[in-house]
Amino acid sequence: MEKRVTFKGWLLPLCLIAPQVAISAVFFFYPAGQAIWQSLFIPDPFGLSSQFVGMGNFDFLLSDPYYRAAFRTTAIFSALVTLAAMVPALFLAVMADRLVKSAGAYRTLLIWPYAVAPAVAGVLWMFMFNTRVGVVAWYLGQLGYDWNHVLNGQEAMGLVVVASAWGRISYNFLFFFAALQAVPRSVIEAAAIDGARFWRRFFTIVLPLLSPTTFFLLVVNIVYAFFETFGVIHTITAGGPQQATTILVYKVYADGFVGQDLGSSAAQSVILLLVVGVLTVLQFKYIEKRVHY
Amino acid sequence: MATVELDNIRKRFGSEEVIGGVSLSVADGEFIVIVGPSGCGKSTLLRMVAGLETITEGELRIGGQRANDREPMDRDIAMVFQNYALYPHMSVAQNMGYGLRIKGLPKAEIDAKVAEAARLLQLDALLDRRPRDLSGGQRQRVAMGRAIVREPSVFLFDEPLSNLDAKLRVQMRLEIRELQRKLGVTALYVTHDQVEAMTMADRMIVMNAGIAEQIGTPMEVYERPATRFAAQFIGSPAMNVLPAEAREDGLHLGAATLPNPGALRGPVLLGLRPEHLNPDPQGPIEMQVMLAEPLGANTLLHGRLASGAAFTASLPGVHRADAERTTLRLSIAGENLHLFDPDTGRRLN
Amino acid sequence: MSTSSGMVERHGAGLWLTHVGMIAGVLVIFFPIWLAFVASTVTQPEIVRPPMPLWPGDRLVENYTAALFSGVNVPVAVMLMNSLVMAMGIAVGKIIISLLSAFAIVYFRFPGRNLFFWLIFLTLMLPVEVRILPTYEVIAGFGMLNSYSGLIFPLIASATATFLFRQFYMTVPDELAEAARVDGARPMRFFRDILLPMSRTNIAALFVILFIYGWNQYLWPLLITTDPSMNTIVMGIKQMFPSGDDVADWPVIMATSILAMIPPVLVVISMQKLFIRGLVDSEK
Repeated sequence: MEKRVTFKGWLLPLCLIAPQVAISAVFFFYPAGQAIWQSLFIPDPFGLSSQFVGMGNFDFLLSDPYYRAAFRTTAIFSALVTLAAMVPALFLAVMADRLVKSAGAYRTLLIWPYAVAPAVAGVLWMFMFNTRVGVVAWYLGQLGYDWNHVLNGQEAMGLVVVASAWGRISYNFLFFFAALQAVPRSVIEAAAIDGARFWRRFFTIVLPLLSPTTFFLLVVNIVYAFFETFGVIHTITAGGPQQATTILVYKVYADGFVGQDLGSSAAQSVILLLVVGVLTVLQFKYIEKRVHY
Repeated sequence: MATVELDNIRKRFGSEEVIGGVSLSVADGEFIVIVGPSGCGKSTLLRMVAGLETITEGELRIGGQRANDREPMDRDIAMVFQNYALYPHMSVAQNMGYGLRIKGLPKAEIDAKVAEAARLLQLDALLDRRPRDLSGGQRQRVAMGRAIVREPSVFLFDEPLSNLDAKLRVQMRLEIRELQRKLGVTALYVTHDQVEAMTMADRMIVMNAGIAEQIGTPMEVYERPATRFAAQFIGSPAMNVLPAEAREDGLHLGAATLPNPGALRGPVLLGLRPEHLNPDPQGPIEMQVMLAEPLGANTLLHGRLASGAAFTASLPGVHRADAERTTLRLSIAGENLHLFDPDTGRRLN
Repeated sequence: MSTSSGMVERHGAGLWLTHVGMIAGVLVIFFPIWLAFVASTVTQPEIVRPPMPLWPGDRLVENYTAALFSGVNVPVAVMLMNSLVMAMGIAVGKIIISLLSAFAIVYFRFPGRNLFFWLIFLTLMLPVEVRILPTYEVIAGFGMLNSYSGLIFPLIASATATFLFRQFYMTVPDELAEAARVDGARPMRFFRDILLPMSRTNIAALFVILFIYGWNQYLWPLLITTDPSMNTIVMGIKQMFPSGDDVADWPVIMATSILAMIPPVLVVISMQKLFIRGLVDSEK
């Protein structure tokens, strides 16, 4: 896509684009280059010199059971967050779509959590499930279930998943609702005339029509779970217990800033770069599809 | 008010030549229509005059001055676009006065000029509205108003009526012509509609594939089309053009023999306008009628000649279904025969 | 929809059931916020002796005053201010540089245009979480730790906004720019008089999204603000928890959590229509 009309000159456009290019260069490309460069070295314990190790950091990482565990944790975490954020959102959107008149009011109530920062969401959920003061934990205790996410890795995972998915339900709801509203009434009516009942219509007509939105949200939610849930994990579990909730982004932080292992942290950054790259390509595949409709 | 001269203007995009040397001299106050099918280069030609496309070769003179390298704003022109190109966030008055505001005219003067143009176009009541609140015809008028307030020497119109419905088009056609006469401004008007070209033009340029096929008054083009293309593009329904043989004893069109208007010999293309054909029991042309389209004042008869060639006749009055599937004999006056070269398409008589 | 399409619409019991389901959903979604609000209006003893009440108490003014003006490490009012500066800085800065760079890319042909376009495109792939350490070193090198510029600049340049404006400029009819040229407008005049006013709704929608993005940042301020007086509220909450076995000051922490939500929630609710349009239209 190109504009037919353009203005003449090259100095003005260079000036216009300069701020963005300068900021990108200083805060994006230079650090990314540094990450790649550092990933090839191991600094000595005193940080005075470093030794070139080539792929050594990567070899070490990929054979490191902790890193492989973090990969597995990230995969499970992302899958659960995506599921927990999308299914309820779709369900709510389908209901809201049937309540056309009052849908606006429900929507206003439902978008609140989107505005809540992941880190704040983490604090809210941690408060509810706190082993000492948490209301939900207490009521679970009354029911005979001894909740303790500080010690139980599975419970910890469940809690960070729910806390991470919570705000995303709003986001996904907005997209599903908009997509449902865009489904042509005539198609639904035609299906109704063909004798399809509500759930039948939903699964055979509506859901396939939603598939572009669903695919888009799938990618976006995975990206979210990978990169934007640091706040939730840091506030609720700090990666524990026994690294049960240490996802890749958390490990970059923990190894780099807490453990001061520069080479490993840089190598992890590079691996994450590759992951983002793949996800971005997926996302653009989606955009392309939309454009070619 | 100015003359516009195009001197062998060419336009190339890369190696592809889209305008192949057009020359034209437009008199002061003249209304020129550039007409042709889509993709013929007519809009590109207009946009080169406007300064929105660069001229690859040749010279453009406005008011006698070379204008090739001038910015659009310095060419003393105003343009009305096909989709009107009104600024959506500005009111009608702001749209019309924007060019003057850029020139730095005092506000009072801008207001006065806008008010005057609005009066001329009956837009007085709409000055505070936004374009989205206007009908198609009103938008068209605002686009005109924006052109008028600049008091340009040349108006450029790029298919300005193609987004209007048929009835409004007829009305706006008259209004544009009237306004242009009143203001006495030179105008270049691009359209694909041969009716607009016929009704509006002082002179028209029939364009095809980047070439001016013919430049002349509407009646010249209609009565003596210079090429087969011009002959078939101007006039509705389109002229019948059939291969024929010119001999000493006349023009042979299948079994029919028509008077040879020139001293031509050999194969020719014979052009017959449907409206010039007369029903005549002794006529030389025999047509098998397949379909009749009664239009009220006249009837279009579509059918085939004995050779199998498609043929159309337009006869006055009503010929009902009884005319279908019948044979009809037609004659034509000798001065209404058009002969073209079968290879070059150029007029021969 | 109107009753004429009643064949497809629900009515009677089905409709009420849907309402009930919807209300249940809203209650579940809202419960964490409600609980935080309740906790911010009661006393510490009421919380530490579970179960805590589920209905607000009478300590709202005291708890919020305590949070705002004394806090735990630093008054929450200070953190609110820091968050506001950061969020506004990111939103405004990003919008300005993106408007300009998208204008350059769409409306000019200049040497290096494609290269710059791809460079900007690539930054889409580099969330700050991925390059934290080297970026931290850059900021430290510039002496920008514990500063607003350090909080804002690294988050300003991502390409999303540039792409949104590029998409939008592409939909602006060519004829508008041509008409402006015929009217005598030079590039910056066209930008100011035509393009900018036409982008208003896009700018507003993007502002909401970016404001929330900036406000909700956690990792970056956590790394570069070691001085509590430069903490943002979202990261500052976590800092209010004591280390070790001390009991957290729950009412104040929950009051702070509520305070941390209010500005972005207000922005989202008050600009709901714009925001939804911007979100659904732009993030695709």
